[in-house]
Amino acid sequence: MNKRVKQKIAFTVFRILGLVVAGILLWILGFIIYNGIGVISWDFLTTAPAEGMTTGGIFPAIVGTLWLIAGSVVFAFPIGVMSAIYMNEYAGNGWVVRFIRIMTNNLGSIPSIVFGLFGMALFVNTLGFGDSILAGSCTLGLLVLPLIIRTTEEALKAIPDSYRTGSLALGASKLQTIWKVILPMAFPNIITGLILSIGRVSGETAPILFTVAAYFLPKLPNSIFDQVMALPYHLYVIATSGTDIEASRPIAYGTALVLIAIVLAMNLLATALRRYFGQKVKTN
Amino acid sequence: MTARKVEFIFNARRKTKRENNMKDKKNFQLSILNFQCRKIIERMAKVMLTFSGSITSLAILLIIIFLFKEGLGLFHSPSVEKGYVLCVQTSNPIETLTPEQIKKIFDEEITSWNKLGGRNEAIKVFRFDDIFSMYPEEEFGQEYELLPDKLGEVISQNPNIIAYIPEQYLPKENASVKILVSGNIRMTDFFKGKEWLPTATPSPLFGVLPLITGTLWVSFFAILIALPLGLGVAIYLSELAGTRMRKLLKPTIELLAGIPSVVYGFFGLVVLVPLIQKTLHLPVGETAFAGSLILAIMALPTIITIAEDAMRGTPKAMRESSLALGATHWQTVYRVIVPYASSGIMAAVVLGIGRAIGETMAVLMVTGNAAVIPHSLFQPVRTIPATIAAELGEAPAGGAHYQSLFLLGCILFVITMLISVSAEFISKRQHNKGV
Amino acid sequence: MIQAKDINFYYGDFHALKNINMEMEAHTVTAFIGPSGCGKSTFLRLFNRMNELIDNTRLTGECLIDGQNIYQKSVQVDELRKKVGMVFQKPNPFPKSIFENVAYGLRVNDVRDKSYINAKVEESLRAAALWDEVKDKLKKSAFELSGGQQQRLCIARALAISPSVLLMDEPASALDPISTSKIEELIHSLKKEYTIVIVTHNMQQAARVSDKTGFFMLGELVEYNDTKKIFLNPDKEQTQNYITGRFG
Repeated sequence: MNKRVKQKIAFTVFRILGLVVAGILLWILGFIIYNGIGVISWDFLTTAPAEGMTTGGIFPAIVGTLWLIAGSVVFAFPIGVMSAIYMNEYAGNGWVVRFIRIMTNNLGSIPSIVFGLFGMALFVNTLGFGDSILAGSCTLGLLVLPLIIRTTEEALKAIPDSYRTGSLALGASKLQTIWKVILPMAFPNIITGLILSIGRVSGETAPILFTVAAYFLPKLPNSIFDQVMALPYHLYVIATSGTDIEASRPIAYGTALVLIAIVLAMNLLATALRRYFGQKVKTN
Repeated sequence: MTARKVEFIFNARRKTKRENNMKDKKNFQLSILNFQCRKIIERMAKVMLTFSGSITSLAILLIIIFLFKEGLGLFHSPSVEKGYVLCVQTSNPIETLTPEQIKKIFDEEITSWNKLGGRNEAIKVFRFDDIFSMYPEEEFGQEYELLPDKLGEVISQNPNIIAYIPEQYLPKENASVKILVSGNIRMTDFFKGKEWLPTATPSPLFGVLPLITGTLWVSFFAILIALPLGLGVAIYLSELAGTRMRKLLKPTIELLAGIPSVVYGFFGLVVLVPLIQKTLHLPVGETAFAGSLILAIMALPTIITIAEDAMRGTPKAMRESSLALGATHWQTVYRVIVPYASSGIMAAVVLGIGRAIGETMAVLMVTGNAAVIPHSLFQPVRTIPATIAAELGEAPAGGAHYQSLFLLGCILFVITMLISVSAEFISKRQHNKGV
Repeated sequence: MIQAKDINFYYGDFHALKNINMEMEAHTVTAFIGPSGCGKSTFLRLFNRMNELIDNTRLTGECLIDGQNIYQKSVQVDELRKKVGMVFQKPNPFPKSIFENVAYGLRVNDVRDKSYINAKVEESLRAAALWDEVKDKLKKSAFELSGGQQQRLCIARALAISPSVLLMDEPASALDPISTSKIEELIHSLKKEYTIVIVTHNMQQAARVSDKTGFFMLGELVEYNDTKKIFLNPDKEQTQNYITGRFG
C-alpha cells in the first residue's frame, strides 16, 4: 500500500477517534447539565431535603461542603506552602529534597479510600475527634496537600534567581527576601493551586465516608465537632440507597450539576487568574 | 546676603547634621536589637519550614503505621467470632477445625464427622439460639445463671454435637464439654481464600482472591479500552487538530479530569448500566464491563493530557529531519514522535492504572458488588476499594472485619506505592537511552 | 541545477525574502552568508519546502530544481524531500540505533530489501567518513556518539536516500574545530556527486568550502558571485563591509 494512502487512512481514523472521544466526554457533561438545569432553583439551593430526600433542596449538603472546603484549606494551605518554601528555598538540591519530592508524589498517588481508612483510624478513633468536620477536614487536607505543594513549588521555581540575589545583595535576610519579594511574586500561581485544591476537595467522597459525612442531617452544624452532609456523599446516597431512588432522581441530577458547577467554576477561575496575572507580569 | 545670615544658615545646617548623626546612632543601636530579634525569628521560621517540609513524609509514615497496625491485627484475631466458642463432646476425637471447615459444617455442606477425620456419625449442628426452643424460658433463671448448665446438658446428651455458644455461658464445670481450638486467622486463609464472607457466623471468611481478581479485571480492561483511545486522541490533538480546535479541546479535556468520581459513577449508573443491560441482554447491567467502561472514561483525560504533552515535547528538529528524509507526516508520527514520547506515554499509562486500581466511588456504583471470582466481563464483581467503602461503615471498630478492611487498605497502599515509584522511574528514564 | 525566480516570502506580515533571483549549478558548493535574520536559512528551506511546516507563511515566485517547479501541485512533497536532502544546524539523530538512523530514510520510502539496506547504510556511512568509527557498534544508540560524529551520522542519513541536492543549514556551528574541519573535508568530497547548498555564519568556512557565495542582508540577495571574487574583490560596498567585519 502506498505510504500516502496509509497516511490518509491512519489520519482519518485518528480524526474520527478524536472527535468521538471528545464527543463522549462532552456528552457526559451535557447529559448532567441538560437533566440538572431544570432542577436548580433558589429553593433547591436553600432548603433542606424533605420527605425521605425525595423533595426539597440540598442546602445542608452545600453548607457541609463549604465547611469541609474551609476546614481542609485552613489545615493544608499554610503547611503546604511552607513545605514548598522549605523545598525550594531552604533544602538545596540534595537527597533531602529528592526524598521529600518522592514522598509528596507518593502521597498524591495514594487512593482516596486509603485516606478515608487512615482518617478514620487516626482522627476519628485514635485522636477521638469522632465523626466530625474536624476529622473530615484533616483527612481532606492531607489528600490535597501534595497538590498544594506541587503548585506552590512550581510557582516558586518560576521566579528567576536574580530577584533572590538582588534582594540578598541589598542586605535583606533570607526570610525577608522570601516574605517581601518571592511570595508576592509567586502569589497568583500559589492561589491558583489553592483554587484547584478547593475543586478537588469539594468532589471527594471516599475520604469523608467514615470521617464526617452524614446520611441525612437537616440541621446545620454548630461547631467543628459536628457531622455534616456533603454534596458528593449526598449524590452517592440518593443515587444508590435513598428511600425512593426513582423519586429522588431529579435531585440527584441537580446535585451532580451543582458539583460540576463548583469544579468548573474553580477551574475557570484558576485559568482566568493565571492568564490575568501572567499578562500583568509580562507587561511589567 | 549678609554675613550673619550666612552664619545662621551654616549653624543650622551643622545642627541638623549633628541631630542626624545622633538619630543614626540611635537607629543603629535599635537595629542591633532588631538584628538579634530578626535572627531568632529567622531561626524559628526555619524550624517551622523544616517541619512543614517533612509533613508529607510524616503523613506517609503515619499512614503506614496505622494501616498496618490495624491490618496485621487480623492475624491475631481468632477465626471464630470474638466472644464465642465452638464446643464438642470430650469423647469427640476432633481437636481443631479450619475456618473453611467450620463454615461448611454450619452451611451443612459437611454433614459427617468422618469427613473431618472423626467418627462415621452425622454432625449435629447446635446454634446458641436453639437452646431457647428446647427449654422454657423460666428454667434459665432470673439472670440466665442456669443457662450454662442447660447448655452442658445438651452437649453431654449429644455425642455428635457441635455447639456455637457465647463464651460467657460456657459450661466450664461440665467435664464432657470440650472447646474446639480454631486458632487465629492465618495468612493463607486471607491471601488464598476464595470466599469473602466477612459477616458469616460462626466463622467469617476473609478470602481476598475474589476482590483482587475483581480489581484487576476491572482495571485491566479499563486500560485496554482507554489506552488506544487516549493515544489516538493525543495524536489527533498534537498532530492533526488545528490550533483553534486544540485550544478548545485541550482545556475541556483537562477540565473533565477534575469532575468528581461520584458524578462519573452517577452517569454510569443512570446511562451506561441500563444501556449495557439492554444491548447485551444481561440479567443485570451492573457488571465488571460497566466498571471498566466508566474507569476508561475517567482515565482518558489523564492519559490524553500527559501523552499529548509528551508528543508535543518532541523536539522540532526530530520532526523536521524525519520529514526532510521524505517521510510522510504519519510515518514521522509513528516512527519518530511516538517512540520519542514513549516514556511519557508509559508514565501516562502507569498513572492511569494507578488511578483505576484505587478508584472507589464510580466503581462501587456500577459494578454490582458481588464478591465472587469473575468468570466473564459481564458479571457483577467487587473491587478492593469498593469493598472498603461499602463495608467499613458496618464493621465494628477493632473487630476482625474492621481489621480485614484495613488489610485491604494495606494491599491497595502497597500496589499504588509500587505504581507511583515505577512511574517516577519511567518518566525519569532519559530519552537518550532509546534504541 | 537549482533556480529561484522572483522569490518573495512572508512570515505573517513580515517580508522575509525580497525579490530574489538566483541560479545554482549542479555539482558545485554554494554558500549563503549574511548577518543573522537576513533570510539565508529561510531561503535554503524553500528548496525542500520545509517552510510549509510553519503556520501563516506565504510564498510568491518560482523555485525550480532541474527545470521543474517544486511548488507545483503535482509535486509530492515527500518525493521532493527524498531528492533534496537536508542537514540541520544541530546534530539531531533519532532515538534509535546508529544503523536504524541511516536506514530510516530507506524504510520510510518502503525499501524492504535487507541486503540493499545493509549495503546502502555502509555506503552512506563511508561517504560520510564515519564507517570506520562506528562499524563495530551499529546497534548502539546514536546518542552515544560525539557531537561531530552525530552530525556526520546525520549527513550519512541524508545521503542514504540518494538525493541529488544536499542542503546544509549551518552544519558545523554547534561543533568543535576538529569536527568542523572533518565536516568541511566531507563537503569537499561530496561535491562530485551532489549539488550542495550551505548556509554558514562563518565566513572563513564559506571561503574554504564553496565555489560560489551569495551574500544576504535584510531579506535581499545583495551579491552573488564566485567565492574568490566575493572575498577578494566584491562589487558592492555592503559586501565589502560585511566581509571585512565592519558590521554584522
